[in-house]
Amino acid sequence: MAYKPELLATAASMEELERLIAAGADAFVIGEARYGMRLAGEFSIEMIKEAVKLSKPHGVRVYAALNNLMDNETVETLPSYVASLAAAGVDAVVFGDPAVLMAARLHAPGMPLHWNAEMTSTNYVTAAYWGRRGATRFVLARELNMEQVVEIMANTELEVQVQVHGMTNIYHSKRSLVDSYMEHQSEAERLPEKDKDRGLYVMEAERQDERYPVYEDANGTHIMSSDDICMVENLHELMDAKVNSLKVEGIMKSIAYNEIVVRAYRQAIDAYLENPEGYAFNEEWLESIQAVQDPNRELSFGFFFKEQVY
Amino acid sequence: MTTTVKTTPRYQGKRHRLDKPELLAPAGNLEKLKFAIHYGADAVYIGGQKYGLRSNADNFSFEEMKEGVEFANRYGAKVFVATNIYAHNEDVDGLEDYLRGLEEAGIAAIIAADPAIIETAQRVAPKLEVHLSTQQSTLNWQAVQFWKEEGLPRVVLARETSFKDIAEIKQHVDIEIEAFIHGAMCSSFSGRCVLSNHFTDRDSNRGGCSQSCRWKYDLFVDDMPLYPEDEDKFTMGSKDLCMIEYLPELIEVGVDSFKIEGRMKSIHYVATVVNVYRQAIDAYFADPEHFELKREWVEEINKAANRPLNTGFFLDTPGAEDHIYEPEEKAAPYDFAGVVLAYDDKTGFATVQQRNHFKLGQEVEFVGPKGTFFKQTVTEITDAEGQKLDSARHPLQHIRIRTLKPVKPMDMMRKKVGKK
Repeated sequence: MAYKPELLATAASMEELERLIAAGADAFVIGEARYGMRLAGEFSIEMIKEAVKLSKPHGVRVYAALNNLMDNETVETLPSYVASLAAAGVDAVVFGDPAVLMAARLHAPGMPLHWNAEMTSTNYVTAAYWGRRGATRFVLARELNMEQVVEIMANTELEVQVQVHGMTNIYHSKRSLVDSYMEHQSEAERLPEKDKDRGLYVMEAERQDERYPVYEDANGTHIMSSDDICMVENLHELMDAKVNSLKVEGIMKSIAYNEIVVRAYRQAIDAYLENPEGYAFNEEWLESIQAVQDPNRELSFGFFFKEQVY
Repeated sequence: MTTTVKTTPRYQGKRHRLDKPELLAPAGNLEKLKFAIHYGADAVYIGGQKYGLRSNADNFSFEEMKEGVEFANRYGAKVFVATNIYAHNEDVDGLEDYLRGLEEAGIAAIIAADPAIIETAQRVAPKLEVHLSTQQSTLNWQAVQFWKEEGLPRVVLARETSFKDIAEIKQHVDIEIEAFIHGAMCSSFSGRCVLSNHFTDRDSNRGGCSQSCRWKYDLFVDDMPLYPEDEDKFTMGSKDLCMIEYLPELIEVGVDSFKIEGRMKSIHYVATVVNVYRQAIDAYFADPEHFELKREWVEEINKAANRPLNTGFFLDTPGAEDHIYEPEEKAAPYDFAGVVLAYDDKTGFATVQQRNHFKLGQEVEFVGPKGTFFKQTVTEITDAEGQKLDSARHPLQHIRIRTLKPVKPMDMMRKKVGKK
């Protein structure tokens, strides 16, 4: 089959979903915070049904996010939730916790499963392990570099998904850390909302130009990267390696921003597919993103070209 | 520094148990292994040269592991090895040989999170038990069931599980459950933190953690700092876990292995903490109905604690009083002064290997396994040749000291920090 990477996006609302379909997204990850981790917005099961209806005619796929770390209480509801997702016609279920894998085997047999354990999905042997247990796709940790991504592509039978744009989570606690801090300061009342629209960020003394967004939700406290990955310039390297899915993470971004980003990546992918050998990066794609980029957030290559030690 | 355990309403879930839980202690090197076992650990976990999450610890060679296993066998204790990294492609090379090496050294189990390591161990080193690491952040019974079906005899739960969660898991799945009961904690879900990767280019999930959660941060909302410069800053740093006050609950809820954290901690710390939990577990099983928490156990733990303590997630989600906003003192109130090598009944002198400076007139404590304890003043010390000394200045020097009571090899002598 000819290589055709998927341009995967997130959506915070039905409006965003529609606009990003128009901008060129091939697939979406949506869900609700009870089951999904760090979602751009809330999609109830009814909304997921609606999203599938909207997407299908465009050949656009909908993946349901169930990649939370699940507690006993949530586990009890998994069978019915997974079954209703299957009935809603979602194209895949994204999981991290093996509890979801077990529920899907029984209650949504045949459902494609995307394994996404975030920062701990780091090698192809582990990917193969989950593959033998039903995963069809392997979502790579954002802390891997290009060399490792290429090596994984050469050593896996599974579909591989790589984040190419946007924010990443760098710390997740079950604790309500902002709330605890405010209470320590005896001012818990001062900031009743600590969700991701609140504009909260932390700064470290020796890194004054880095702003790390922080927010709380039902799953605890999340600290996010101070920069946004932007691989549009080097997208051909990932496409040369035949990465199956290229994800634009739209969490904590406006629809207008995500629209421009999706459009830029759409253009790059289409240009590449038209003529892989003669492909040339078009500066305008990057410039269109730079024009709407928050000046306090650097566009970076993430860990793609970094060496880490330990 | 005040170090208190938060006391909140108790979890009600009493059931009788006949089998003692395992007391599992950390051992950063061979000497710590010996002390942990001598002071009452049923098993210890160590790190090898590769695949462990403490790349800065001493870590064991295969030869040292063999010696450790031999020592442990004399006490009927077991040795586990932490192979708890999330491997990258390049780490897979050499994994098979390494795991075979562990099996050959007599290691009883590995503690692993990455299925690449779990599956390889099951295939190439079948005598090694595989225990699922807390790095997998396992919170629910269904996930525990999954790992049981994968052939794992034991799961180390996420530190975020409560008494209630553990009870439910034990009700659903017949498997060994290991839980952290004492020591430092990641405030994040274990494995779900890459602060080090972002701040210092060090890979936290391969042992490079730079403890950035304990740094201090300014919190802003809409570009404005929430608090003035001189206020306590925002941090994710947690107090340390201490469950000594909830020992009956831990036993009755069915935790099979009580795990103490701290492969980087000192001999004094590990031996002291193990000693207390050993006594408490034994006291409970000697007479469950009349078990009472002893004040001296809490005092002992506080002497080794280098952070304030709390009860983690066992009772409730940690809140404002469970994090460390003030500057940390780090040092424990008491420190190791020496280890007893021998005791001479005739003269009443012990031979002590010096581990920290001590001197005439100083008040010291002698501590041994099973709670043996006495205080005394240093009245008479000499070097190995019998030359009188006024202080023990040299690390590892053999010092003879007159003791108030008989002591035994591997008893510890300690002193209050700051009083030289």
